[in-house]
Order: sequence, then structure tokens, then C-alpha cells
Amino acid sequence: MSVKQISVFLENRPGALLGLTRVLAEKQIDMRAFSLAETSEFGIARIIVNDIEGTAAVLSEEGFIHSITPVVAVSISNTPGGLNRALTALSEAQVNVEYMYAFIGGKRESAYMIFRVADDAKASEVLRAAGIQLAEQEEIVNL
Amino acid sequence: MERYYQPEIETASREQITAWQSERLCKQVRHVWDNVPAYRKKMEEKGLTPDDIKGVEDLHKLPFVTKADLRDNYPYGLLAEPLKNCVRIQSTSGTTGKRVVAFYTQHDIDLWEECCARAITAAGGTDEDVCQVSYGYGLFTGGPGLNGGSHKVGCLTVPTSSGNTERQIMFIRDLNATILCCTPSYAAYLGETMKEMGLSPEEIPLKAGIFGAEAWSEEMRRDIQNTLGIKAYDIYGLTELSGPGVAFECSAQQGMHINEDHFIAEIINPETGEVLPDGEQGELVFTSITKEAFPLLRYRTRDVCVLTHEKCACGRTHVRMAKPRGRTDDMLIIRGVNVFPSQIETVLLNLGYGANYQILVDRVNHTDTLDVHVEMTPEMFTDNMGEITKRQKQIVEGLRSMLGLTAKVTLVAPKSIVRSEGKAVRVIDKRKI
Repeated sequence: MSVKQISVFLENRPGALLGLTRVLAEKQIDMRAFSLAETSEFGIARIIVNDIEGTAAVLSEEGFIHSITPVVAVSISNTPGGLNRALTALSEAQVNVEYMYAFIGGKRESAYMIFRVADDAKASEVLRAAGIQLAEQEEIVNL
Repeated sequence: MERYYQPEIETASREQITAWQSERLCKQVRHVWDNVPAYRKKMEEKGLTPDDIKGVEDLHKLPFVTKADLRDNYPYGLLAEPLKNCVRIQSTSGTTGKRVVAFYTQHDIDLWEECCARAITAAGGTDEDVCQVSYGYGLFTGGPGLNGGSHKVGCLTVPTSSGNTERQIMFIRDLNATILCCTPSYAAYLGETMKEMGLSPEEIPLKAGIFGAEAWSEEMRRDIQNTLGIKAYDIYGLTELSGPGVAFECSAQQGMHINEDHFIAEIINPETGEVLPDGEQGELVFTSITKEAFPLLRYRTRDVCVLTHEKCACGRTHVRMAKPRGRTDDMLIIRGVNVFPSQIETVLLNLGYGANYQILVDRVNHTDTLDVHVEMTPEMFTDNMGEITKRQKQIVEGLRSMLGLTAKVTLVAPKSIVRSEGKAVRVIDKRKI
């Protein structure tokens, strides 16, 4: 079970990120989650939005290089040890996490974690087996 | 079946070509001696009179003409006809220093257009074709030259000139243009735009393209041919000599045939001026033997290339020149190494990037720096940072093995590199030497 994330190529220079957020604002695109990874030269903005297809079309139109990446989303209790349980499950199953980021949902008592792994199906399975609640696209969109 | 515009000339025997060249050279030397004081002075300095030039074999005795001579004699100093006999001027793009102005009589224009007609015919053009000329019209020779050639062949000519990409594509599709004439960088840009519009090569009516006025690589040719679904032909020329059509490619795509009934080509060692044999790389030198208004004797083009007299599969007998490696003035010397932008382009295209790049050279603490900006493409993008960094390193490695230099490679956003709709701005040299 995976959730679709949009990854956008950005130059690492003043105003590059602003160019992206301006387009998203103009087109009334609602971001659910946002994460930024960068080297000294370039960066990748990773976003989860309410309307994946519409956002991808807008980005193409505006000349942004982007791709849609499947990621695994889980909902974990906003209490100490929540993330540790998820990582323990993945680690025991030898699932390598390429990157991850967190965001807080509408309800303050739970947080969401996004994992990028090579094998979504396996990751989903082991997380579910460890009693961790997976989040679907719809759930995140409707936050 | 290869088509020729002037078969009796284009497939003439070597003896015939040499006979034409000798006769026309002697006449041309006499013409400039009588009409251009600057030439007479140059010849006198070498102790020469027109009687010393009895044929092509004496060509090497004549002094060279350089771009500096053209600038020094701006505007009328090298004019060989009274102005009342001239009907046109064209001018170089003037990116460095003063513009060069070239003059034409009506006869000069007719011959120039015939040369372009040979190129269009060699690319398969006939009076059934629709030829869209997307070179700039005006002082630049690209538009007027191919326009005239297209008329001579009898193509329906669409003089769109450069720019307004949407309109270009509209005409190509609505009028079923079959031949496109423009700079290779603009052809690549048109191809890219049509691809973005979702047009497949089968949906583009073009079958051939005639592209010149800037250096381009074989890899770029391959890309253009694939995106537009055409055969891409190279054309070569210089405003100083007439414009496009000094040399053109045939169906064999193995070098460009120089129109030897109008231009004598030599390859020289740029350091010593010594004439080099067939197959050796050096600076290309031209003598225009039929030009009336603005004849040039032994004009140093600064283009670095190789000539071959080997038999060509197309049946033409005129000497072929290889694609110039670049102009000696395009050549960058970075940390003592000769670098042609075309070499950098080859590396990028081989790794799957587009021909959209910019070379920035600077000098920091007395050391030259080489930065190459490369536009990211959807095909080369991935969500994986490590993978992008790895691909970036591949470019650095590719450049190192091609040039023997370490470059700093930066991946930039698409369309962030300025595209002029005529010539691409490939090099920015900020060194103050």
C-alpha cells in the first residue's frame, strides 16, 4: 500500500524554492506534507498534495522537472517511542529506508511518517504485522 | 537516386574543376589588383604582380586576408566594384568587435542562391517541396541565402524568419512543410517543443532539415533527426564569402562538398601559414574566384577542419570538408588545454542529456576555472539524490577523459539557460587577461 508523492527538481539558489511555492499558491494547491533534501548544488522538494494529477500537470506546464514517487505512509501515536516501533519493524525485516520525514495531521494526537523504501509491499506488510497503522492516499488527502 | 541542381558542374572531372579554378583565379587576381588598392598594396609588399599567378598552383604565393583586414577596411576598403553595380549588403552578427559588411552585385547574388539551391537539392528538395526558412532574415545571410536557393529550386518558400516558435510549428503543420532551414540549436528547440506538445515524429510532415551557422555535433544531429523524424543536413558558409552554401552535405552525410567552381579551399597550419595536405587538420582558407563586388583571396576562416578528395558515394566530385571542430576563435584555452564547446556537447549527449548547456570560464587566483551548466531533463531526473549526484559525477568523468580537465558541473532547471532563437550562447568567458 503506497501513497503518491511528487518530487520536484530545484536549483540550490535564492528564489528557486519560492518559484515552486508561488506556483502552488497561485494554483490553490493544498500541501499535506513537505520535505526538502539538498546538496550544495541542487535540491529535491518532496510534496504530498490534495490533487496529484492536477499538480503534476501544473508543474509540467510551468517547466518544473518532477516525478511521482510511491512512498509508504503510516500514522503513529504522537507519543514517545512511536517512530522507534516503526523503524524497529523495518530494520528487523532488513528494509532499508532511503529517506523519511514526518508531519503532524489535523488531529494533534497522531503524527504521520513517510518512508521511501525500495520495496513498498514488503515494508507495508512488516509495518502492518507490527501493529502500525498504514495511511492511504485518501486519508492523507482528507486530513 | 541522387539529385543534383547543376549536375554538369557538381560531378565535373578533377581536370575540369582545376581548369575552371585556374582561369577564374587569374581573372580574380587581375580584378582586385585593378580595383582594390588594399590588395594591390598587400601583393606589392610580397613583390607580386598579377603575372605571377598563372593558375591554382601559384595560389600559395598570395598573401592571406584576415578578419582584421576586413575590419580595418570597413566599410568600403575591399570593395572591387563601383557602388552603382552593387545591389545588396549583408553583415556578420558582430559578436566580436566591429561588424563585417559584404557587398553583392546581382550576379553575386545569383551565384550565391545557386549554391544554396545545390544544398537544397542535395537534401532531396524539388519543386514539389514546401521549404520553411526559419533562419533570420535581414543583415544575417541565413534567411536571404536559403530563401533565394529555395526559389531557384522551385520549392514553395515559407519565409517565417526566426522566432515565434508557436507560429513556426503552426506553419510546419498547416502548410505541410517538408524542408526546414534554421540553426541546429533552433531545430533542436523546435523538436523539443513539438515533443512537449505530444507530437510524434510521424505527425511532423518535415522530411529534411538544412542546418548551419553554428557548430554542432553528430550526437546533436542524431537527436534532431529522431525528434523531428527527418534527415538533417549540414550547410556551411561565411558572410565574408557570400553566406550559407559555400559547402553543403549530400545524402552520404560524410562531410560537406565545397562549391569548388566558386571557392578554392586550402588547409593551412595556423601558426606557420604552410599549406597542409589532404587529411591533415588545420585552418580552413578560402579564395572566392567568382565574386565580383567583394572578392576575398586566401581568407582565413579560423575554422579548424580537414579536407578530403576521396570519391563520395553521392557522385559529386567537389572536395569535402569535415564538420569544423570549431572556430579557432571559439576554441577556449583553459589551463593550457584546447577546448572546443563541441567536445563538451558530445560528452553530454552521449550521457543522455540535451544540448542545453553553458560553459563558464573564469580565472580565480590565477587559475582558470571551468564550469559547465547542464539543464536537467525529465529523463535524467529521479527522486534519488545519490543517483543524481552519481550522474553528475559521470559528466565530470566524461569531461575529464575528453578534455583532460576537471570541470565543475552544475545541474540547472530546464530552460534556465538563455536560448537565443538564432545562435545559442554557449560560452561565457569572464577571464580578464
